[in-house]
Formats: sequence, C-alpha cells, structure tokens
Amino acid sequence: MDYSQFLTMHAELSLLVVITILFIADLFMCGDKKCGKGVYNTCLPVVLLTLHTVLNLCPCCGQCCSESVSAFGGMYQHTAMMTVMKSVLNVGTIIVFLMAHKWLSREENLIKQGEFYLLTLFTLFGMYLMISSGHFLVFFIGLETASIPLAALVAFDKQRYESAEAGAKFILIALFSSGLLLYGISMIYGATGTLYFDEVMQHWGTNGNANIAVLGLLLFITGMGFKISLVPFHLWTADTYEGAPTVVTGYLSVISKGAAAFTLLTVLIKVFACCAFVATWDWAFFWIIVASITIANLFAVRQKNLKRFMAFSAISQAGYLILGVMDGTAQGMTALVFYLLVYMVANLGAFAVISVVEQSSGKVGMDDYNGLYHTNPKLAFLMTLCLFSLAGIPPFAGFFSKFFVFMAAFNAGHPWLVLIALINTVISLYYYLLIVKAMYIQPNETPIACFKSDGYTRVALALCTLGVVVLGICGVAYNHIDALSYGLDTVARCCQGCGQ
Amino acid sequence: MEHTLLILLLPFLSFLFLGLMDSKLSHRVSGLIGTTVLGVVAALSYYTAWQYFTADRLADGTFATLVPYNATWLPLGALHFDMGIMLDPISVMMLIVISTVSLMVHIYSFGYMHGERGFQRYYAFLSLFTMSMLGLVVATNIFQMYLFWELVGVSSYLLIGFYYTMPAAIAASKKAFIVTRFADMFFLVGILIFGYYTSSFSFDFAHPVYADGVTPFASVDTAKAVAAGGFILPTALVLMFIGGAGKSAMFPLHIWLPDAMEGPTPVSALIHAATMVVAGVYQIARMFPMWIAYAPEQMSIVVWIGVFTAFYAAAVACAQSDIKRVLAFSTISQIAFMMVALGVCMPGHEALIDNHASLGYMASMFHLFTHAMFKACLFLGAGCIIHAVHSNEMSTMGGLRKYMPITHITFLISCLAIAGIPPFSGFFSKDEILTACMHYSPICGWIMTGVAAMTAFYMFRLYYGIFWGTENKALHAAHTPHEAPWTMTLPLIILSLITITCGWAVNFGSFVSASGADYQIHLDPSIATTSVVIAVAAILVATWMYARESQPVAVDLKEKFPRLHRWAYKRFYMDEVYQYITHRIIFAHISTPIAWFDRHVIDGFFDFLAWGTHKLSEKIRGLQSGNVQWYAFVFLLGTILLYIIMVL
Repeated sequence: MDYSQFLTMHAELSLLVVITILFIADLFMCGDKKCGKGVYNTCLPVVLLTLHTVLNLCPCCGQCCSESVSAFGGMYQHTAMMTVMKSVLNVGTIIVFLMAHKWLSREENLIKQGEFYLLTLFTLFGMYLMISSGHFLVFFIGLETASIPLAALVAFDKQRYESAEAGAKFILIALFSSGLLLYGISMIYGATGTLYFDEVMQHWGTNGNANIAVLGLLLFITGMGFKISLVPFHLWTADTYEGAPTVVTGYLSVISKGAAAFTLLTVLIKVFACCAFVATWDWAFFWIIVASITIANLFAVRQKNLKRFMAFSAISQAGYLILGVMDGTAQGMTALVFYLLVYMVANLGAFAVISVVEQSSGKVGMDDYNGLYHTNPKLAFLMTLCLFSLAGIPPFAGFFSKFFVFMAAFNAGHPWLVLIALINTVISLYYYLLIVKAMYIQPNETPIACFKSDGYTRVALALCTLGVVVLGICGVAYNHIDALSYGLDTVARCCQGCGQ
Repeated sequence: MEHTLLILLLPFLSFLFLGLMDSKLSHRVSGLIGTTVLGVVAALSYYTAWQYFTADRLADGTFATLVPYNATWLPLGALHFDMGIMLDPISVMMLIVISTVSLMVHIYSFGYMHGERGFQRYYAFLSLFTMSMLGLVVATNIFQMYLFWELVGVSSYLLIGFYYTMPAAIAASKKAFIVTRFADMFFLVGILIFGYYTSSFSFDFAHPVYADGVTPFASVDTAKAVAAGGFILPTALVLMFIGGAGKSAMFPLHIWLPDAMEGPTPVSALIHAATMVVAGVYQIARMFPMWIAYAPEQMSIVVWIGVFTAFYAAAVACAQSDIKRVLAFSTISQIAFMMVALGVCMPGHEALIDNHASLGYMASMFHLFTHAMFKACLFLGAGCIIHAVHSNEMSTMGGLRKYMPITHITFLISCLAIAGIPPFSGFFSKDEILTACMHYSPICGWIMTGVAAMTAFYMFRLYYGIFWGTENKALHAAHTPHEAPWTMTLPLIILSLITITCGWAVNFGSFVSASGADYQIHLDPSIATTSVVIAVAAILVATWMYARESQPVAVDLKEKFPRLHRWAYKRFYMDEVYQYITHRIIFAHISTPIAWFDRHVIDGFFDFLAWGTHKLSEKIRGLQSGNVQWYAFVFLLGTILLYIIMVL
C-alpha cells in the first residue's frame, strides 16, 4: 500500500491532530478554577482551529492544488473547491466556539467544556469525510459521524427537559432518515453493482433511468433533505432548534446544513450526471424549494420564540440555498458556496446576539426584545445588520448572495422558480423586520437590562459584522470561489454522452 | 503607480474615522486629521502627476494610459462591473485640481467654521466628498463613474444641508439632490443602452487615438449597436449628456445650483464651483472619442445648450444682489463655456482626432483647470467677506478694501482672470475657447465673445459693490470689519498665485490635448485683441457705473427697464415654471390618481396577501404537532409524494 496517499487527506489529518491535542489537553486541564491545573478556556481550540484553517487554505490560494486528486482507489476524492468549503465550515466553527465561551463558563458546563469542543470537531470531521467521499460507504460513515455527536450536542444541557427532548427527537428522525438513505444506497447498488461514485456513473449505461435508480436518487435526496431541513423533511427542526442550547442551534443551522448542501450538489453532479436524472432531480427540487420557502415563511410569521423563529427562517434560507443546485451548473456551485458563506456570517451573528441575550437575561421571546435598542444599542444594531443581510437588503452581503443564486437558477432555465422565490423574499422581509421593529420601536416597561458581553463574543460579533458588510461589497471572495467551481457542462445536461 | 490606491483610500479612512468618532474628538483634532490626510493626498497626487508627465511619451507622442488597479467587482456573464484606477492626462489633471482645491478648503474651513456645531461632521463629509470625486475621475469604466457620481451627489446633499436647522438649507439640499437625481436617471439609461449594445462599460485603456485603424475604446464592440441602427450610440451619449447637464447645471437643469449656496461657503467653493459641477464636462471629455466617432452631429446639441446657458446665466448674474448668487450664476456661465468648447470640436481628416480641429477639447480642460483655481479663490474670498459683515447682500457691503487688503487684492486678481485680462490665467484659457468657437461658426464665436464681455461687466459690478462705493455705516458702528485669520487668507494667496502664473508659465497643451500628442498653444492675435478690448471696455463701463459713491446710471437703468430688471433678478422665473409644472401638473393630475391606485388597489392586494398568509398559517399549524411519530409519517409521506412526482 502506498502510504503517501494519506497526504492527499491533509485537511482531515490536521483536523485529527487538532482533535488529539484537545483530547490530551482535556485530560490535564480542568475547567474548575479551584483545581489549580489551569483553565481550559476557549483560546486553545480557537487558536488551533485557526492554525488548521490557515495551513490548509493558504496553499490553495495558489494554483498548485487546483486539479482534483483521488486516493485509496477512488474512495477519497478531493478538489480545490472542497478545501474552500472545508475552510468555510472551519470559520463557522471558530465563530461558534467564540460564541460558546460565555455559555461554557457557566457553573454546570465548566466540567463539560472539553466534551463540547471534541463533539463539535468530530462532527466537523464527519462532514469533511462526507464532502470528500468517493464511495457511498465513506459518504455514509461521514454522514453518521456528523450526525451522532450532534445528537449529543443537542442534548448537552441534559438536565433541561427541552434539551433532552430535542436530542431524542433529533436522533430518532436522524435514524429514520439514515434508514431511508441506506435503503436508497442499496437501490443504487442493486442497479449498478458498485458503490464507487465514478463507477456508478459509468454503470448507469445499462440500467439508467430505471425506476429503481430513480428511487435510489430520491432516497439519497431524502437523506440529505433531512440534514438540510428541507420541506417535507423539516418537522424536527423547530423542536430541535428550540430545545438545543443556542450555540448548538447556531452550529446546526449553518455548519451542518452547509456541509450537507454542498455534498448534495457534488454527489449529484458526480453520480447522477445523466441527462434523464438531471431533469428528474430538477423537477423534484423545484417542488422542494417552492414548498420549503413558502411553508417556512408561513410558519415563521407566527413565531413568538426567537429560536423557533430562526428555525423556520433557516428552513426558508435552505430553500434559497438549494436554488444553486438546479441543473448542477458551475455558476450554481459558486452561488451556493457564496450563499453559504454569507448566510453563515449573518445567521451566526444573529445567533450570537440571541445567545448573549439569553445568557445574560434568560429571555428568548420576541416580546422580550422590545426596546432592546434603548438599553443595548450596539447589540440591536448588529442584530439589525444581520437580519437585513438575511432578508437580502442591499448593500449587505445577503443581497449579493441572493442575487447570485437567483442568477444561477435563472440561467439554468427556471424563471418561474426565481419569481416564486422573489415573492417569498418580500414575505421574509416582513418577519425579519418584525424583530427590528420590536427592538427599535415597540415600547417596553421592562426591557432587557444593559449588559456587557465578554471579549470572545465581541470577537465573534465583529467577525460576523465584518463579513456581512464586506463580503458583498468586495467581490474578491466571489471571484475566488468562481475560479474554482465546476459543474455539469451543457453536453451532460442535453442528453448526449450518457450511455443510454 | 501603486500609491494611487492610497489617494482614494486615505480620504475614505479619514471619513470613516471622523464620522465614527464624531463628537468624541475635539474640533481641533478632527480638523487637523482631515487636513493632514488631505495634505498627504495632495502630495501623492502631485507626485503621481510628476511621475506621469515626466515619463517617456509613446511613439505617437501621447502619454501611456496606466491602469494600476482594476478588479472585477460584480460579474454578470459577458458584462462585468469593474472597479479600478485609470491614469491618463485628464484624470491626472483632475487629481491635481481636486486635491489642491480640497486642501485649500480644508485649511480655510479651520477659520471659517471655527466654533460651529458639527465641526467634526463637516470634516468627515469633506473627506467623503473628496474620496468620491477622486474615485469619479480615476474610474476605469462608466459604471464605476456612475457609482462615484452618485456618491458625489450624496455628499453634496449632506454638505448643502449642513445647517440642518435652517429650513432654506434643507429645501436647497433636497432640491439639489432631486434635480440631479432626475438627470442621473437619464445617465443611467444611457449607460444601460451603451452597455447592452456594446457589451462593455469600460473606457478603453489604450489612448484613444485613431492611428493605424485602432478605434477608440478598443474594447468596445460597436458592431451590435451599428447593426441595430445608427441612432443607438448617439442616443446613449445624449442621455449621458443629460446626466452631465444636471450635474453641471446646464439650462434648464441649473435651478439647483444657486440654491445650493445655502451650504457653508467653503463647500460652495469646493463642490459647487471647482470640482463636482465640472463632472458633467469631465464626463463628455471622457467619452469624447465616442462622440467624435459616432455622434459628431449630435455635438451641436451640446454647443447650443451651452451657448444659451452661458448667455442666460450671465444675464441673470448682472442683476443679482446676493454675492454668492452672483458667483453661482457666473459658475453656471463658465461651465457652459467649457461645454461649448467641447461641443465645437470637429473630427479632423478621415474622422481622426486632430488637435487643431479639436482645439476645443484642450481649451475646455484648460478652462476647467484655471476656472477651478480662480473661482475657488473668489468663493473663498466671498466667504471672508461674509465672515466679516455677516451677510450675503451686496447692499450691506461697500468700501471694504481698506479693511480687508489681502481679500481685496486676491479677489481683484481673480476678477481680472475671469474677465480675461492678460497675463492672468483666465485670459489664456478663455481665448482658446473663443478661438475654437470662431472656428466652429462665427455666430457662436461672437455670442460667446459677448458673453465674455458680460462676464467682465458683472464681475466688476460685484467687485466694486463689495470693495468700493459707500461704506455701510450701520455695520461699522456695530463692529469694524477686519481681515480674516491667516488660515483663511493663506488659501486665498496660494490660489491667486496659481491664477497669476498658470496661464503663461505652463504650456497646458503639452499635457492635455485631444489626440494626446504635444500641442503648442498659439494665441490668435486678432481674437486675443478683440476679446481683451471688449473685456476692458466692459470693465470700464462697470467702473463708470459702480465705482463711485452713488450710482445714478445703474438706478436710472433700473427705472427705465423695470420689467427687464425684475425678470433678470427673478432669474427669468425659471423656478416658478418648475413649481407650476411639478405642483399644478404633475402632482395634481398625475400623482393624485396614482396615489389613489396605490392606496386602494396595491395596498389592498398586499393586505389580502398578509391576511391570506395569516389564515393559511393558522390552518397548517397542526402539522407542527411536536409528535415524533407524526414527523416520521410526514417524512415518509413526502418521500412517496416526491417519488410519484419524479416518476410521472
């Protein structure tokens, strides 16, 4: 065996090193200040993760690793775009860690600090595998590695009834969807006799577009739809988001969702590149997107709990995200990754505000935010920026990211879909502005008291704000992503060269 | 040339810093920061210009066009919006103009705005304006130009309305913004037509010379536009010109500029005399190769609008009593001179750009340069006077020459320059314009000569009204006017020195000319003599009428032609015409029905949508029951439904 193959997995390996260091450090440090062995604080994981991100991303800025490589007989596949995607996830995780500081320094969580970091990083590792997989089994293992620790994270405040309930619901639905996904993979195996992505693609030749293959495709979409929380696989979302600790909700709504959306796109254009499939999956996504955006908007309008509200907002945002998958074009991939990046900073910014408010006052109701501007003007302003970006108001980054996904879907030949999405953007503006209205206009006898947030949270908020303001106006990020993206060419989409 | 980015970046950072800190800084510190930054920017601009103009010329005698930065900002398939910096003779020349005048205004404002409320805000806005204006002139493409064009408009709006507690200032700022925005709408349409038919927004990076079959704007593919009909590109260019006419206050879009004088006087000097208002001229100069190649006939529109504006504004200026209004109308008239000069350019042999046939291009840019300097000097001088007598009205002034010697001398120098008396700079540039006009058509040339005489007349009417004539005893009893502090007189001295020298000391044509090649300025002796004689005669008439203690001739004339005087004083009722059109016609007969439609039909539809959304969400809330079994059931049901959709 050629051990140098492991070098192609440098991102996964360096993440493993980070995990190992944190694991060992956890043994020797303890969170309790009294035990005298030093404090296991937020600094170490953040610094290590930043280092890991920089080390993996920097070589990618040049042209040296732009070609795709595969290792272990095609089980592991890697393109430069995947490095970008992994780095996006890393940045999100760093922001989540920074946000988590205050929550983790609470009495009951001090002892569990190490667990939080490790569980989170294990899910991240799973997502890495999922993104770079070249074989359905590796993909499935990655998926499960990303799901199971997440259930533990959701139930992290296990003493709290809602948290435990959320964890249980999450794991049950996750199991159910994994079951369906596995069933789908077995269909694909049945149709082609192999699980390697490349070979599956070649084998469609004989059995392509049989109903069994379509069932495989559908169940694959179902499995990913659960992770991305698309309608109709979304019902767990609201309960889980509400019950989970706010920081974990943030992680769940961005990182986990983003990895799944990206994988969905890459696997679709790798395995289901056949023209007949493209038409089929487009048709399915058309309805999924329409349902996701519209139904989530309808529910979001009524929510009184901010975390539950963000859950529905996340479902609708996921619908916009999937617009980038339509037709599997290169432009769509750029739009998807860029959307994800922008959505990440805006959503995490909003969650950071929700989290600090919850930590300091214990309040998450929409009415509790009445008059926040008068007591905490800066926080209210940051929240407004993030909500504007989520709603897609120029000049914030959200406008540009929405514009790019709309453009991608439009160019892929789905003007009606874009129209429906546009109408829904107006509705979403309404409920995002409800929060802004509450913060700035609604009077309140007992507003949330003025408080100071800690340094880590401030850094997280600063990063998010910077992202929201700068990402849109400076087109550099988009251009870099665009240079690395790939997709189906017109030949594959126009029914030639797919062995039928 | 990498430092050019700093020229844009520094004022922007200064704006952010001053704007965010606001009242946390003291007046002194924020003023110093703003002025220091501008000093650095000016130094960098001079260095850039020195480097640029001392570099070797290309083989065809032109300066190379440099693009130190250009990045795609927003890709849209074939079209893309870029952001960058382009250096060519006119943009480098503008860098000098803007940074010099802006620096002078920054120094001057120290004294003028001393102790004002919102001093920090004022400096922040000045930085914002300088950044936007610099970004406008170095734009690499028409879209970037448009973005900064709007930013310039915004900063102008903010500065005109600086005294936001005064209703007149608020009304003026709104008027300026709305009128220029209205014109910019045409500009945008022009840009879109241009971009659609040529698949490019870019100014060509190669110097626009026609030699060897190289078309100007080499990256511009005009095939599609030409195929669609010969009128496309001229239409786009004329629409862009309307935008420029709005910014440069050409008739009938000039109405905002006199009102804009409600802003602080240094702002008038910077924005409404030297830099922003010439953006329209600059825009035509920028698109000049396109005009020459594709719309030579339409250039006569520019000429005749310019000629009329020049005459109209000069006539109004003769009857105004507010000194800033006089200067404002004089600015409109002078900008019209520049417009006319651009319009009278003609293609040379075989439609090539020829320096001699297109003398007006050089003359226009030259006049832009000299006018910026002496008009800024005039405005700043007017600021000193207003500072001393606390009024804008000419009647409250008179006999100030003894009390304000420096202001007096510098004001006189600038008046001589604008009147076109050698050896001051205005003589040289105006003479070139008149020569170009004479080439184009004698009628145009003689009208412009007449307007030049009117210019000399009303400027000296202003000069004598302020510095000679009767002293205002009531004012002197309260407190004797005194010379302004050195922060205010120093910029005056510097600007008047430039005015004295820059006409004869530099050969402007060797830096900026239509083809880019070295061009030696020749004075046409007959035209030069004529214009000087006429200007001197006009000055003499003004002296005869206004220099003495009492002014029987002027009063006599006013009584003989009361109607003419009233019409000129009321600016020929242009504002009333606008009032009538907007209020009586547009608001009453167009807006009211639309408002009804909006209230009842459109709002009703959205109310219905909201009502429907609420009802529907109430109906389907049962889906979210909290029951895991139900969730799994829906999950499966959804899957089956999707399967049916996919298979069918």
